[in-house]
Amino acid sequence: MTQATTNTGGGRAASSFPPNWLKKFVSLAFTVAITLLGLLFVTFMIGRVMPIDPVLAVIGERASQAQYDQVYLELGLDKPLIVQFGIYVGDVLQGDFGTSIRTGKPVAEDIARVFPATLELATLGTLLGVVLGVPLGVLAAVYRGSWIDQLSRLIGLVGYSMPIFWLGLMGLLIFYGILGWVAGPGRLGVFYEGLVPTRTGLLLVDALIEGDWDVFKDALSHIVLPACLLGYFSLAYISRMTRSFMLEQLNSEYVITARVKGLSEWHVVWRHAFRNIAIQLITVIALAYANLLEGSVLTEIIFAWPGIGSYITTSLLANDMASVLGGTVVIGTIFVCINIFSDLLYRFFDPRAK
Amino acid sequence: MRPRNFRETTMTRHTPSRTMRIGAALLTAALLSSTALTAQAETPPNMLVIAQRIDDIKTMDPAESFEFTGADISRNVYEALVDFDPMDLDAGFQPALAESWEVSEDGTQITFTMADGHVFASGNPVTAKDAEFSLRRAVMLNKTPSFILTQFGFTPENAEETIVAPDEKTLVLKLDKAYAVSFVLNCLAATIGGIVDMETVMANEVDGDMGNAWLRDNTAGSGPYKLASWKPDESYTLDLNPEYPGDAPAMKRVIVQHIQESATQRLQLERGDVDIARNLSPEDVAGLESVDSVKVVDELRGRLMYWSANQKNEMLSNPKVLEAMKFATDYTGMQDSFLKGQYINHQAFLPKTFMGAIDDLPYSFDIEKAKALLAEAGYPEGFDITINVRDAQDRIDIGQSLQNTWGQIGINVEMIVGTGAQTLDTYRAREHDIYLGAWGPDYPDPNTNAGTFAYNPDNSDEAGATGLLAWRNAWALPDMSNETLAAVVEQDSEKRAEMYRELQREHMATSPFGIMFQQIEQNAMQDGVEHFVAGGATTAVSYWVVTK
Amino acid sequence: MTSHTPTDAKPGLKAWLLSDTPQSRGQARAAAWYQGWLKLTSNKLTSLGLIVLTLLVLAAIFAPLLATDNPFVQDLGARLKPPGWEGHIFGTDSLGRDIYSRLLYGARISIYIVLLVALVAPLLGLIIGTTAGYFGGWVDTVLMRITDIFLAFPRLILALAFVAALGAGIENAVLAISLTAWPPYARIARAETLTIRNSDFIHAIRLQGAGPLRIITRHVWPLCISSLVIRVTLDMAGIILTAAGLGFLGLGAQPPSPEWGAMISEGRKYILDYWWVATIPGLAIFAISLAFNLIGDGLRDVLDPKEAGK
Repeated sequence: MTQATTNTGGGRAASSFPPNWLKKFVSLAFTVAITLLGLLFVTFMIGRVMPIDPVLAVIGERASQAQYDQVYLELGLDKPLIVQFGIYVGDVLQGDFGTSIRTGKPVAEDIARVFPATLELATLGTLLGVVLGVPLGVLAAVYRGSWIDQLSRLIGLVGYSMPIFWLGLMGLLIFYGILGWVAGPGRLGVFYEGLVPTRTGLLLVDALIEGDWDVFKDALSHIVLPACLLGYFSLAYISRMTRSFMLEQLNSEYVITARVKGLSEWHVVWRHAFRNIAIQLITVIALAYANLLEGSVLTEIIFAWPGIGSYITTSLLANDMASVLGGTVVIGTIFVCINIFSDLLYRFFDPRAK
Repeated sequence: MRPRNFRETTMTRHTPSRTMRIGAALLTAALLSSTALTAQAETPPNMLVIAQRIDDIKTMDPAESFEFTGADISRNVYEALVDFDPMDLDAGFQPALAESWEVSEDGTQITFTMADGHVFASGNPVTAKDAEFSLRRAVMLNKTPSFILTQFGFTPENAEETIVAPDEKTLVLKLDKAYAVSFVLNCLAATIGGIVDMETVMANEVDGDMGNAWLRDNTAGSGPYKLASWKPDESYTLDLNPEYPGDAPAMKRVIVQHIQESATQRLQLERGDVDIARNLSPEDVAGLESVDSVKVVDELRGRLMYWSANQKNEMLSNPKVLEAMKFATDYTGMQDSFLKGQYINHQAFLPKTFMGAIDDLPYSFDIEKAKALLAEAGYPEGFDITINVRDAQDRIDIGQSLQNTWGQIGINVEMIVGTGAQTLDTYRAREHDIYLGAWGPDYPDPNTNAGTFAYNPDNSDEAGATGLLAWRNAWALPDMSNETLAAVVEQDSEKRAEMYRELQREHMATSPFGIMFQQIEQNAMQDGVEHFVAGGATTAVSYWVVTK
Repeated sequence: MTSHTPTDAKPGLKAWLLSDTPQSRGQARAAAWYQGWLKLTSNKLTSLGLIVLTLLVLAAIFAPLLATDNPFVQDLGARLKPPGWEGHIFGTDSLGRDIYSRLLYGARISIYIVLLVALVAPLLGLIIGTTAGYFGGWVDTVLMRITDIFLAFPRLILALAFVAALGAGIENAVLAISLTAWPPYARIARAETLTIRNSDFIHAIRLQGAGPLRIITRHVWPLCISSLVIRVTLDMAGIILTAAGLGFLGLGAQPPSPEWGAMISEGRKYILDYWWVATIPGLAIFAISLAFNLIGDGLRDVLDPKEAGK
């Protein structure tokens, strides 16, 4: 992303052959590749320097020394670290993340199974955050200092201060344990397991495609609580950011001009000011989304949600490093992609960035 | 929202207006969430739904499976040559796939005669060839539990000569010594003795793995059930084996859902979402007392809770110090508080109900005596040590109690909590001071514990006998090791039991093991559920006898 | 703390601080701080945050005096007693220990963690950011690439992995949180450095023969610190929550240490019948991180005119 490499070499001045956008694209791709390689490297090294024996995680407590040695060789642990890393990167490039010692299945298959669960939860959470957070933020900015502004501030403060695992625990106790309004932990009641074929892996969507209302209702009843919880945290973030973007706009000259011109307040707020913050807002929402994807670890654990966060954590505690590596790389990649997406969006559409 | 039994009709897909349906769905959803989303009331009558922690499953292959939950599945899916009757576990092993057996005069050869009428889920009949294949396979794959068979002298190299089926009805095992027959048969009743369907398994062989990869998440047995699905960390489902010749089990389908938290399991049970909850804390069991529709069934299991002291540590190798620590343990305090109902004070290395088990309790909580012993040992001021504990709440609680009471006699304990593998790693490397551990029998014979608590033929670091608890604690015990060896070849059962009793008393008095408790499993279930047997101290759960 | 009429104590000092014509540089600086302080405390919520935090710090400092029981002594006969039972203000936990006393000692751990992370992470960020910004070129590219890599990580998972690698415990939790928290500081420090790097006074110092190490530590660092301090204040609540999350997963402070996250983790087993065991430490975490957030919010209002209240 640095501009240092704009030297086009040779004497060809006009219409440089690799067009500018291509060069930018290549440099971007290079940046992404380096970041991801670094991600892999750090995770791999953490996994290897752990003072824990990966062999033991495979063979368990009772194994003999001979069995130990056999697995040691099978895992390729006799090779130098850097060679092991090379082999690993080579495998990853072919989509092979190794085999989970905990589930005995290929890590890629495991991730394909658990990822949709996280995606569904984070999507619903972000959706809630956007639907409630954006209007709240706009209103808070427009009616600055009013009760609605105070409310948005309170929601934000509480959201930033609440230990999510504790709130989840309390929510479960109250809404499932005492009131019985929602279904308990997990994604689906056992009787509904396997009733709808997996198409997208998103249970709500799969149930809708199949038109199976019982499954849909049960899945919804399971997802409501954790999604509201995550939604609350993204609501806190999105509403605060919306408010501050809007304030900036409402104080700007052209808004004042528009007001002077006698345009209605509604028109000024929504047609002018809000339209101008749309790109910034999308960036914020994208970040909130990415944060929920990676940050739902504790929520997933509390709600026994079979997503990638609990997958990585459980694997980590079981020293199943292949799974931890695979999961982290997938999440990291998504995070990087979302970042780049919002970055590009910002560059191309924001008038001030040009 | 009544649960349905099995889907009878497949949904026909109407294409016209999916978007409209989705819109309607969202609307309904909004309406629903504003009122109440109620949970279902009860489970279907022919389906058993269980809430349990099942994240320990690694594989379903009986030659490799060595986890508690794996044993539950194997027992219901595979049959062995001899097996336990769930309605009478105390009777010991009974004929199963083998209808009878004969021992040669020198005691080194056992000839089994196969029973008629057993059929695999594939429809293939069970023959001696399958048994030959299964046992050879277990030896040749050489996975962790293979020692249960190889201790009789079978090796991957000699398996073809020592495990032989001369015809479809006969299986001959040639042992390297004249072992007690009860010892051999008890081992064959363990998970690794499960007989697999040779034809089906070999049809799914990959790269000469004898079907090991395929059997990870598929089953090929002749038991009452077969595996329908397994989602790691989520659930497993067993369906009836249509070929099973015995009485058809009342439960057509068994679903075991992975629920980590005790409180959640209890809620699900109270709400009727599940029939049985298997990992309830003592507090949640107590909380269920006021619920009329639920009962709690106690069952003594084989798991022992112990601490052990590394004999490489000079202070801890002093017998007086060990005795002091055994007296400074609040057995009844723990048993009556946070372990209430789930562990019972037990100080011998054989669990109650095992052959030769004893109930002696020579140690009780006595701070003054412990202090005196420590002073006699030359440490009136006490000393500092560490204790390695894995990150499970009941173990951390026990660890904190030890920390507290040992602290009262001046032994200052630092607790190091780690994951299972971390603590185990330290233990196997003999780098701990004190290790707080649990030990469950591997097979239903006294040698399973004697052979690890009281057997260590070579105490050198080079021996690397990491499977032996005595070795891990660097405890050299030449006499006791010999007694343990003598006990496995004693043919007279009563004499054999007496040998174990003596061994345990000696062990209790001198060993660096502070055995504290034996587990009692408290399974809470709906009132109507009958005959749920978790397997006692010797085996695993038997779903096929359950009714509700 | 909230009202300040002219008749308050020490009118002389107040007048000196509020003087329009400061006599010295010291007075001007003190006046600026005082004005900021007045502005900060004029916000009721911020004052509330300050009060809560002060109380918590005092509770931590005087824990031995305030505690009614030894936080480590067990009484298996009096376990899981409700709040108010025989002088146990917040009841007892699963090993019969007094929750109130454990809470007080737990405040020490939380504050200890926050202070350590607030020292280590910005320092790490400062070193990396200023180095990158000052030298530019490939140093900048490499360091910023590393920063991006760390930013790309799922933070809690990275912290988990570090703790798993280093072993559980408070110090390692601090290190793990710091290792995941430094990248934003590095970016801020780099941005500040870039604006200072080419300023005249740095040129002048360079001409005097000062080496890069001296310039960075003596002249660049002091100018970066104020923006880092603001950012740290805003991050404090997040640090507390992360530390509690680690404790909850059993990877933070180790038993029998009364760390709040670990207390919740122990208490959740009993949540159905003995709600207080998990609820009270949860409220404590909420209180301290809310206090930090209120202060951070107020601080931003004071320092960022764009955001300032009406």
